Order: sequence, then structure tokens, then C-alpha cells
Amino acid sequence: MSFSQSHPGYTPAEIMTIEASRRLKDGTVCFVGIGLPSAAANLARLTHAPDVVLIYESGTIGAKPDILPLSIGDGELAEFADTVVSVPEIFRYWLQGGHVDIGFLGAAQVDRYGNINSTIIGSDYAKPKVRLPGAGGAPEIASNAKETWIIIKQSLRTFVEKVDFLTSVGHYEGGDSRARSGARGAGPTAVITDLGVLTPDPTTKELVLSALHPGVSVEQARAATGWDLKIANLIKDTAPPTQLELVTLRDLHSRTAKAHGITLAPD
Amino acid sequence: MPLADAVRRHVKDGQTLALEGFTHLIPTAAGHEIIRQKRRNLTLIRMTPDIVYDQMIGMGCASSLEFSWGGNPGVGSLHRFRDAIQNGWPNAVTISEHSHADMAGRYQAGASGLPFSVLRGYVGSDLPKHNPNIKSITCPFTGEVLAATPAINPDVTIIHAQKADRKGNVLIHGIIGIQKEAVLAAKAAIVTVEEVVEDLEAPMNSCVLPHWVLAAVCEVPMGAHPSYAHGYYDRDNAFCKEWEVISRDRDRFLEWMNAHVLGTPNHAQFLAYAGIR
Repeated sequence: MSFSQSHPGYTPAEIMTIEASRRLKDGTVCFVGIGLPSAAANLARLTHAPDVVLIYESGTIGAKPDILPLSIGDGELAEFADTVVSVPEIFRYWLQGGHVDIGFLGAAQVDRYGNINSTIIGSDYAKPKVRLPGAGGAPEIASNAKETWIIIKQSLRTFVEKVDFLTSVGHYEGGDSRARSGARGAGPTAVITDLGVLTPDPTTKELVLSALHPGVSVEQARAATGWDLKIANLIKDTAPPTQLELVTLRDLHSRTAKAHGITLAPD
Repeated sequence: MPLADAVRRHVKDGQTLALEGFTHLIPTAAGHEIIRQKRRNLTLIRMTPDIVYDQMIGMGCASSLEFSWGGNPGVGSLHRFRDAIQNGWPNAVTISEHSHADMAGRYQAGASGLPFSVLRGYVGSDLPKHNPNIKSITCPFTGEVLAATPAINPDVTIIHAQKADRKGNVLIHGIIGIQKEAVLAAKAAIVTVEEVVEDLEAPMNSCVLPHWVLAAVCEVPMGAHPSYAHGYYDRDNAFCKEWEVISRDRDRFLEWMNAHVLGTPNHAQFLAYAGIR
């Protein structure tokens, strides 16, 4: 855990997770990706949103894990879920059937229209520079949930002008191209990073920096973005973490590390 | 039936094979037996290829792979899978890449006796550009354009479950993933189970696969290690992390596989050799 002078008392990863969790309203049905989305969604459940409904693609509906799952199919998710269904059922009836409010995803790369890459790094599909795990459930989560959130660390490596591979659609080519492509839902309505929050311009759908975490400058956000980042007229300041948020998140992480006997991938 | 006999009888070179399990109940022991019997040129299908497919690919069993997410869950990449795709080691492996929703639908189509699956999927995605098996179809009623992909009907599906009765009826519970569909879609299905019991004591509506849809049922305790079997044992996270180190290097990988898998005659001996439980 490293603290910089501009982030007294908490890390950029913590404020990112906490800010994402604050957005999740109680009672929302959230289809949760593993890793950062799962940490943020469970933090919300353990603080202000006890009745948030967490769905994982392994088929668990209303999951209430006491520790963060290492994988999408951990027994912890099934044990305390309202119900456990098969994988075809979760995707067909619950996601495609239109029951998901928020699709909450991570990504390896995101572009200016919120399109996601989780397939390859490099320009040649047959000979990738880096072979990533692949699509998983993301393409259909991104095109069937009522809206999508993306949580990702912001850097020149992750925030690219154009994704190397478009795995899961965001606002596609901007404007009304998403709707014309046949995707349902509003697409990415927020991209939450370790520096701030980006939201789409209502018309062009290009991601615009609309909030900054405490102590982060516009210049820092620009320097970590691979395109000419537009800045909202009124830029909001994210509130610093409350004691309750920080303690709850850290407890969750320490319970998780203890239970798994290993440290989770760094967030 | 001993697992070795079931694999010898049903699994042949060149077949299309699905070893399914969605991070839970992964049929690792069966994968090891296929490696021991040196099956080659297999088309491996799995939604979430992980350690056991990494091992099968690295030991040269596979010539192609159909999948939707390949990784060591919670740990990182599959190094043998990556080495095969990026460098053709130990042999070239072609890939056919889908999404989870699509793979699930393709198994359902296979289990339903339909030639293809239809879904609201791949909208805007680059995946159809690289996979000729992802096509589209126009709904004859609404005119909507939807994704269409071929059904999956494996020659053999292998799954792991909690228990079977003496007749060979199988009970599976917890995260059941795609196992039922994968079994019903296959020409032949093998199930390994934690234990054989007198009575399944299956609650109504629980997932029971009747013996008459299964080609073989084999009792293999801890047959899903390092994955988990709900109600029996947890995932061996320490091993999953260790696999990251073992699999990174070709020589270290081969040394490990030779000692642990090829060097042991069956799963019980493997577990004993590896010092597991």
C-alpha cells in the first residue's frame, strides 16, 4: 500500500473502489465482474446499499459473500445467494431477459467511447503481443444491461484512442452509433478510475472528465489518457473516503486475504 | 468403472471433447488420465479453460480450442495456453473464440437437438471478424438481426459431480454451470464423482443426471482438485498460485507433469505423490 502526499490516509485504488461503490443505489440489480467491480459492489452492500442485488455470471443471484471471491464461481457466492441457476439461465433469462440494471465491468483497455478490450494487446489477432483471457460474459453484459459502468486504473496503457480489439461495445463510434448497432441499454454511463470519473457527452458520447479525486489535477488525468481528453465545464470533486468506507473496505480485503491464503491481484 | 478404462473406451484421438466445470467441479482427474493415455489432436471445448486445459495443451493433447475465457482464475494467465497460441509450443493450437452467453447457448442448442443457437450478442464486437462460426440471422417475425452460432455436440463430455448412487444416477449441486447441457449435448458422457452412495437423497428439482444418459460413472475422490467440490473440499488456492510459477517455464512444466501425472498410475497416487490430503 503506497500513500502519496496528495492522498493522505488512503490509496488511489481505495478511493476508486469507494467512489464506484457510492454510485450503487440500494435495491439496484447489478451484474458484477470479478476483481475491482466485485470489491466496489460488495463495499456498497456492506455500507449504504444492503439490499443491492449482486449477480455473478456463474449463476449466483443475490450473492452476499463475506469475503471477496477469487473467481467468479467461488462457493462463497453460492453459499449465501438467494438462488443459484445454471449459466445458460443467467445469461438468457436474467441478462438477456432485461432484468439487469447495471453491468459492472473491468477492462484491459478502454477507448474514448467506452469500448472495452479484454481479448488481445497488439494489432494482429493471430499473433498478439499479449493474449488476454478473452471476452467471458462481457460482450452481452455490455449490450444488454440497462447501463454499464467500467472501473479501471487510468494510464496511457489502459486509456487508448482506439482499443486494439473491440471485445465489448460501449458507445461504439460515438453519437447514436451504439443504438443503431442494435445494442440495448444506455451503454457506459460512468468510467471510474483511480484519478476521477468520466461520463459520456450527451450528444457525441465521448468520455469527458467530470470528477476528480481529492488532490488529483486535470493535468494528471490528461497525462494518463491516450487521447485529447475533454474536461467538463463544471468538474466535481470526489468526496474523500469516510472512516466507515475505509474501515469496511480494508476489513473486506483483510478477511479475503486471510481466507484465500493468498494476496489478490493488486488493485 | 475405473477412470482409466472409461477414458480408454470412450476417448479417441481426433475427437471433440468437452471437460466442463465453471470454476467449480472441474474434472481434473479425467484430464490427467487423458494426458497419461497420450491422446492427440483433440478439439477441446470449454467455456473457461483453466489449469487442466493448460496441462493438456502443454502436453500436446490438443490441436484446437473453443472457449470464451481462458485464465487461472484470480491468479493470472495460462502460460501453456499462451505459449501454444503465440509460439506454437509444443504444437500449434487453433482457437475459436466466443463469449460466455454464446457458449452456453451453443451447448443448449446441442442438448436441444437444434443445429444452431441464437442470441442478442456480439453487437459491435470484433469477435465475429475473427471467428467465421459467428454469423447473423434475421428473425422471420420481427426482422431483427441476431447472432447465430453452431450447436456444440461433443463426441465426449466429461464432468465431475458430488455423488452417484449404485445405479449410476448422478447428483450435482452448487454452481452447476453448463454441466447438464454439456452432458446432454454429447454423444457420450463420462462423470467422475466424489463418492458412490446407497441413496442420493436428492431434494426435489435438484440436478440429477439419470444413469441412462451417461456412458460411464467413475468414483474419483478429490477428482476436481485444485478446483473445489461444494460440500466436500475447497479450492486449493495455494496450488493455483503455484501453477503460475510451474507453468511459466517449459522445462519446469514438463518436469512437473512427468513426475506428477505421467509418473503416477492414477489420481489417488497423484494426490499421494503431490502430498494432497
